[in-house]
Amino acid sequence: MTATRPPNIAHKPVVPGVVPSRTRGHVPGEVGVWIFILGDMVVFAWFFIVFMHQRAQRANVFNEAHKSLNLTLGGLNTLLLLTGSWFVVMALHALRANNQRTGKRLIVVAIVCGLGFVINKLLEYHEKIVTGHPHEQADFFMFYFVLTGIHLVHLLIGLAVLTLMWRVAGKPVLGQRQFRTLEAGASFWHLVDLLWLVLFALFYLVSG
Amino acid sequence: MTTGNAAALARLVRLPAFVPWAVLVGLTVFSWWLGDGHGPVEFAAVAVLIVAFFKVSVVGAHFMELRHAPLALRLIFNAWCAVVCVALIVLYLAV
Repeated sequence: MTATRPPNIAHKPVVPGVVPSRTRGHVPGEVGVWIFILGDMVVFAWFFIVFMHQRAQRANVFNEAHKSLNLTLGGLNTLLLLTGSWFVVMALHALRANNQRTGKRLIVVAIVCGLGFVINKLLEYHEKIVTGHPHEQADFFMFYFVLTGIHLVHLLIGLAVLTLMWRVAGKPVLGQRQFRTLEAGASFWHLVDLLWLVLFALFYLVSG
Repeated sequence: MTTGNAAALARLVRLPAFVPWAVLVGLTVFSWWLGDGHGPVEFAAVAVLIVAFFKVSVVGAHFMELRHAPLALRLIFNAWCAVVCVALIVLYLAV
Protein backbone atom coordinates (compact mmCIF):
# COMPACT_ATOMS: atom_id res chain seq x y z
CA MET A 1 0.00 0.00 0.00
CA THR A 2 1.37 3.34 -0.93
CA ALA A 3 0.29 6.47 0.82
CA THR A 4 1.44 9.94 -0.02
CA ARG A 5 2.65 11.63 3.09
CA PRO A 6 2.00 15.33 3.37
CA PRO A 7 5.23 17.33 3.27
CA ASN A 8 6.54 17.73 6.78
CA ILE A 9 7.75 21.30 7.18
CA ALA A 10 9.64 20.48 10.37
CA HIS A 11 11.92 18.08 8.52
CA LYS A 12 12.43 20.26 5.51
CA PRO A 13 16.17 20.36 4.75
CA VAL A 14 17.88 23.69 5.23
CA VAL A 15 19.13 25.04 1.96
CA PRO A 16 21.90 27.57 2.49
CA GLY A 17 20.90 30.99 1.24
CA VAL A 18 17.22 30.06 1.06
CA VAL A 19 15.48 31.05 4.24
CA PRO A 20 11.86 30.07 4.74
CA SER A 21 11.17 33.13 6.83
CA ARG A 22 8.18 35.45 7.20
CA THR A 23 5.78 32.54 7.20
CA ARG A 24 2.75 32.67 9.45
CA GLY A 25 3.67 32.03 13.08
CA HIS A 26 7.32 32.96 12.68
CA VAL A 27 8.94 34.67 15.68
CA PRO A 28 11.36 37.30 14.29
CA GLY A 29 14.85 36.42 15.55
CA GLU A 30 14.25 34.12 18.48
CA VAL A 31 12.06 33.86 21.57
CA GLY A 32 14.85 34.98 23.95
CA VAL A 33 15.24 38.29 22.15
CA TRP A 34 11.52 38.90 22.43
CA ILE A 35 11.57 38.21 26.17
CA PHE A 36 14.23 40.92 26.43
CA ILE A 37 12.33 43.33 24.15
CA LEU A 38 9.02 42.89 25.99
CA GLY A 39 10.79 43.18 29.36
CA ASP A 40 12.40 46.42 28.25
CA MET A 41 9.03 47.69 27.05
CA VAL A 42 7.53 46.98 30.48
CA VAL A 43 10.36 48.89 32.20
CA PHE A 44 9.86 51.87 29.88
CA ALA A 45 6.07 51.69 30.37
CA TRP A 46 6.76 52.18 34.06
CA PHE A 47 9.03 55.18 33.30
CA PHE A 48 6.31 56.73 31.11
CA ILE A 49 3.65 56.23 33.79
CA VAL A 50 5.83 57.65 36.58
CA PHE A 51 6.62 60.69 34.40
CA MET A 52 2.96 61.29 33.59
CA HIS A 53 2.03 60.83 37.26
CA GLN A 54 4.60 63.45 38.32
CA ARG A 55 3.41 65.72 35.52
CA ALA A 56 -0.13 65.50 36.91
CA GLN A 57 1.13 66.85 40.27
CA ARG A 58 2.78 69.94 38.75
CA ALA A 59 1.28 70.35 35.28
CA ASN A 60 2.02 74.09 35.02
CA VAL A 61 5.72 73.72 35.83
CA PHE A 62 6.08 70.73 33.46
CA ASN A 63 4.30 72.68 30.70
CA GLU A 64 6.64 75.64 31.02
CA ALA A 65 9.67 73.36 30.99
CA HIS A 66 8.42 71.40 27.99
CA LYS A 67 8.10 74.62 25.97
CA SER A 68 11.84 75.22 26.30
CA LEU A 69 12.71 71.98 24.47
CA ASN A 70 13.75 72.22 20.82
CA LEU A 71 10.74 70.73 18.98
CA THR A 72 12.51 70.87 15.61
CA LEU A 73 15.42 68.72 16.82
CA GLY A 74 13.00 66.28 18.50
CA GLY A 75 10.91 65.99 15.33
CA LEU A 76 13.98 65.56 13.12
CA ASN A 77 15.25 62.81 15.40
CA THR A 78 11.90 61.00 15.10
CA LEU A 79 12.10 61.16 11.30
CA LEU A 80 15.73 59.95 11.40
CA LEU A 81 14.84 56.89 13.50
CA LEU A 82 11.77 56.02 11.41
CA THR A 83 13.82 56.27 8.22
CA GLY A 84 16.69 54.25 9.73
CA SER A 85 14.20 51.56 10.73
CA TRP A 86 12.76 51.49 7.22
CA PHE A 87 16.24 50.99 5.77
CA VAL A 88 16.78 48.05 8.13
CA VAL A 89 13.52 46.51 6.84
CA MET A 90 14.70 46.99 3.25
CA ALA A 91 18.12 45.57 4.13
CA LEU A 92 16.57 42.38 5.52
CA HIS A 93 14.40 42.14 2.42
CA ALA A 94 17.45 42.46 0.15
CA LEU A 95 19.40 39.87 2.17
CA ARG A 96 16.49 37.40 1.96
CA ALA A 97 16.60 37.85 -1.80
CA ASN A 98 20.34 36.98 -1.66
CA ASN A 99 21.30 40.54 -2.56
CA GLN A 100 24.08 40.94 0.00
CA ARG A 101 25.72 44.02 -1.50
CA THR A 102 22.50 46.02 -1.39
CA GLY A 103 21.66 44.65 2.04
CA LYS A 104 24.99 45.83 3.45
CA ARG A 105 24.61 49.29 1.89
CA LEU A 106 21.12 49.69 3.33
CA ILE A 107 22.44 48.79 6.80
CA VAL A 108 25.09 51.50 6.40
CA VAL A 109 22.35 54.07 5.65
CA ALA A 110 20.53 52.97 8.82
CA ILE A 111 23.78 53.43 10.80
CA VAL A 112 24.14 56.96 9.34
CA CYS A 113 20.56 57.77 10.46
CA GLY A 114 21.44 56.51 13.95
CA LEU A 115 24.60 58.62 14.05
CA GLY A 116 22.56 61.64 12.94
CA PHE A 117 20.28 61.04 15.92
CA VAL A 118 23.28 60.93 18.29
CA ILE A 119 24.70 64.19 16.92
CA ASN A 120 21.29 65.91 17.18
CA LYS A 121 20.83 64.67 20.74
CA LEU A 122 24.27 65.85 21.82
CA LEU A 123 23.57 69.28 20.28
CA GLU A 124 20.31 69.39 22.18
CA TYR A 125 21.92 68.32 25.49
CA HIS A 126 24.62 70.96 24.96
CA GLU A 127 22.03 73.66 24.27
CA LYS A 128 20.06 72.71 27.39
CA ILE A 129 23.11 72.54 29.65
CA VAL A 130 24.47 75.89 28.41
CA THR A 131 21.17 77.78 28.71
CA GLY A 132 20.21 76.10 32.00
CA HIS A 133 16.71 76.10 33.47
CA PRO A 134 14.86 77.61 36.45
CA HIS A 135 15.21 75.71 39.71
CA GLU A 136 11.52 74.71 39.90
CA GLN A 137 11.83 72.89 36.55
CA ALA A 138 14.52 70.55 37.94
CA ASP A 139 12.14 67.57 38.15
CA PHE A 140 11.09 67.82 34.51
CA PHE A 141 14.70 68.00 33.35
CA MET A 142 15.72 65.15 35.65
CA PHE A 143 13.14 62.98 33.82
CA TYR A 144 14.19 64.40 30.47
CA PHE A 145 17.91 63.68 30.90
CA VAL A 146 17.50 60.29 32.60
CA LEU A 147 14.88 58.85 30.19
CA THR A 148 16.38 60.21 26.98
CA GLY A 149 19.82 59.24 28.36
CA ILE A 150 18.74 55.61 28.94
CA HIS A 151 17.24 55.66 25.45
CA LEU A 152 20.49 57.05 24.03
CA VAL A 153 22.39 54.14 25.64
CA HIS A 154 19.94 51.77 23.90
CA LEU A 155 20.61 53.58 20.64
CA LEU A 156 24.38 53.26 21.01
CA ILE A 157 23.97 49.52 21.69
CA GLY A 158 21.69 49.47 18.62
CA LEU A 159 24.46 51.01 16.52
CA ALA A 160 26.82 48.24 17.69
CA VAL A 161 24.11 45.70 16.78
CA LEU A 162 23.74 47.24 13.30
CA THR A 163 27.51 47.01 12.84
CA LEU A 164 27.35 43.31 13.80
CA MET A 165 24.48 42.85 11.32
CA TRP A 166 26.61 44.50 8.62
CA ARG A 167 29.39 41.99 9.32
CA VAL A 168 26.99 39.02 9.33
CA ALA A 169 25.46 40.26 6.06
CA GLY A 170 28.91 40.00 4.49
CA LYS A 171 29.31 36.25 5.20
CA PRO A 172 29.74 34.13 2.07
CA VAL A 173 26.54 32.15 2.71
CA LEU A 174 23.58 33.27 4.77
CA GLY A 175 21.78 30.40 6.48
CA GLN A 176 19.11 30.16 9.16
CA ARG A 177 21.59 30.96 11.93
CA GLN A 178 22.67 34.19 10.25
CA PHE A 179 19.07 35.19 9.60
CA ARG A 180 18.18 34.60 13.24
CA THR A 181 20.94 37.05 14.19
CA LEU A 182 19.86 39.55 11.53
CA GLU A 183 16.19 39.40 12.52
CA ALA A 184 17.01 39.68 16.23
CA GLY A 185 19.26 42.69 15.55
CA ALA A 186 16.60 44.34 13.39
CA SER A 187 13.96 43.80 16.10
CA PHE A 188 16.24 45.47 18.68
CA TRP A 189 16.77 48.46 16.36
CA HIS A 190 13.01 48.82 15.90
CA LEU A 191 12.61 48.69 19.71
CA VAL A 192 14.92 51.74 19.96
CA ASP A 193 12.69 53.43 17.37
CA LEU A 194 9.36 52.67 19.06
CA LEU A 195 10.54 53.75 22.54
CA TRP A 196 11.56 57.10 21.06
CA LEU A 197 8.12 57.53 19.45
CA VAL A 198 6.58 57.60 22.95
CA LEU A 199 9.36 59.74 24.48
CA PHE A 200 8.93 62.28 21.66
CA ALA A 201 5.19 62.52 22.38
CA LEU A 202 5.63 62.77 26.17
CA PHE A 203 8.43 65.33 26.33
CA TYR A 204 7.99 67.41 23.18
CA LEU A 205 4.34 67.25 22.18
CA VAL A 206 2.03 66.79 25.18
CA SER A 207 1.04 70.14 26.61
CA GLY A 208 -1.82 71.74 28.51
CA MET B 1 3.13 64.53 -13.60
CA THR B 2 5.38 63.23 -16.37
CA THR B 3 5.58 59.53 -17.21
CA GLY B 4 9.09 59.42 -15.75
CA ASN B 5 7.91 60.85 -12.44
CA ALA B 6 4.96 58.45 -12.31
CA ALA B 7 7.27 55.51 -12.96
CA ALA B 8 9.67 56.69 -10.24
CA LEU B 9 6.77 57.05 -7.80
CA ALA B 10 5.48 53.58 -8.69
CA ARG B 11 8.98 52.14 -8.02
CA LEU B 12 9.12 53.95 -4.66
CA VAL B 13 5.71 52.64 -3.57
CA ARG B 14 6.76 49.10 -4.47
CA LEU B 15 9.78 49.26 -2.09
CA PRO B 16 9.38 46.98 0.95
CA ALA B 17 7.48 48.70 3.78
CA PHE B 18 7.30 52.02 1.91
CA VAL B 19 3.62 52.54 2.72
CA PRO B 20 4.02 51.94 6.52
CA TRP B 21 7.05 54.27 6.51
CA ALA B 22 5.11 56.99 4.66
CA VAL B 23 2.19 56.60 7.09
CA LEU B 24 4.58 56.87 10.08
CA VAL B 25 6.20 60.01 8.64
CA GLY B 26 2.79 61.54 7.87
CA LEU B 27 1.53 60.84 11.41
CA THR B 28 4.76 62.26 12.88
CA VAL B 29 4.30 65.50 10.94
CA PHE B 30 0.64 65.64 12.02
CA SER B 31 1.45 65.14 15.71
CA TRP B 32 4.37 67.62 15.39
CA TRP B 33 1.82 70.18 14.12
CA LEU B 34 -0.61 69.35 16.95
CA GLY B 35 2.16 69.58 19.54
CA ASP B 36 3.22 72.97 18.17
CA GLY B 37 0.15 74.63 19.65
CA HIS B 38 -2.48 73.90 16.99
CA GLY B 39 -5.94 72.77 17.99
CA PRO B 40 -7.50 72.78 21.48
CA VAL B 41 -4.71 71.87 23.95
CA GLU B 42 -6.39 68.91 25.69
CA PHE B 43 -7.68 67.44 22.44
CA ALA B 44 -4.21 67.85 20.89
CA ALA B 45 -2.48 66.09 23.81
CA VAL B 46 -4.85 63.10 23.80
CA ALA B 47 -4.63 62.88 19.99
CA VAL B 48 -0.81 63.03 20.18
CA LEU B 49 -0.77 60.10 22.64
CA ILE B 50 -3.18 57.99 20.57
CA VAL B 51 -1.17 58.72 17.39
CA ALA B 52 2.11 57.83 19.17
CA PHE B 53 0.87 54.40 20.26
CA PHE B 54 -0.77 53.76 16.90
CA LYS B 55 2.66 54.47 15.36
CA VAL B 56 4.21 51.98 17.81
CA SER B 57 1.75 49.31 16.67
CA VAL B 58 2.57 50.07 13.01
CA VAL B 59 6.30 49.70 13.78
CA GLY B 60 5.51 46.37 15.49
CA ALA B 61 3.34 44.98 12.70
CA HIS B 62 5.30 46.13 9.65
CA PHE B 63 8.88 46.80 10.74
CA MET B 64 9.23 44.11 13.43
CA GLU B 65 7.24 41.72 11.22
CA LEU B 66 4.80 40.89 14.00
CA ARG B 67 1.97 40.52 11.47
CA HIS B 68 3.67 37.22 10.53
CA ALA B 69 4.33 36.30 14.18
CA PRO B 70 2.33 33.94 16.45
CA LEU B 71 -0.94 35.38 17.72
CA ALA B 72 0.25 35.40 21.35
CA LEU B 73 3.20 37.68 20.56
CA ARG B 74 0.99 40.04 18.53
CA LEU B 75 -1.57 40.17 21.34
CA ILE B 76 1.04 40.91 24.04
CA PHE B 77 2.59 43.68 21.93
CA ASN B 78 -0.72 45.33 21.06
CA ALA B 79 -2.01 44.94 24.62
CA TRP B 80 1.08 46.85 25.79
CA CYS B 81 0.23 49.67 23.35
CA ALA B 82 -3.42 49.81 24.45
CA VAL B 83 -2.81 49.57 28.22
CA VAL B 84 0.06 52.10 28.36
CA CYS B 85 -1.78 54.52 26.05
CA VAL B 86 -4.95 54.43 28.17
CA ALA B 87 -2.94 54.77 31.41
CA LEU B 88 -1.11 57.85 30.10
CA ILE B 89 -4.32 59.47 28.82
CA VAL B 90 -6.05 58.86 32.18
CA LEU B 91 -3.08 60.38 34.05
CA TYR B 92 -3.06 63.35 31.66
CA LEU B 93 -6.77 64.02 32.11
CA ALA B 94 -6.50 63.55 35.90
CA VAL B 95 -4.82 66.98 36.25
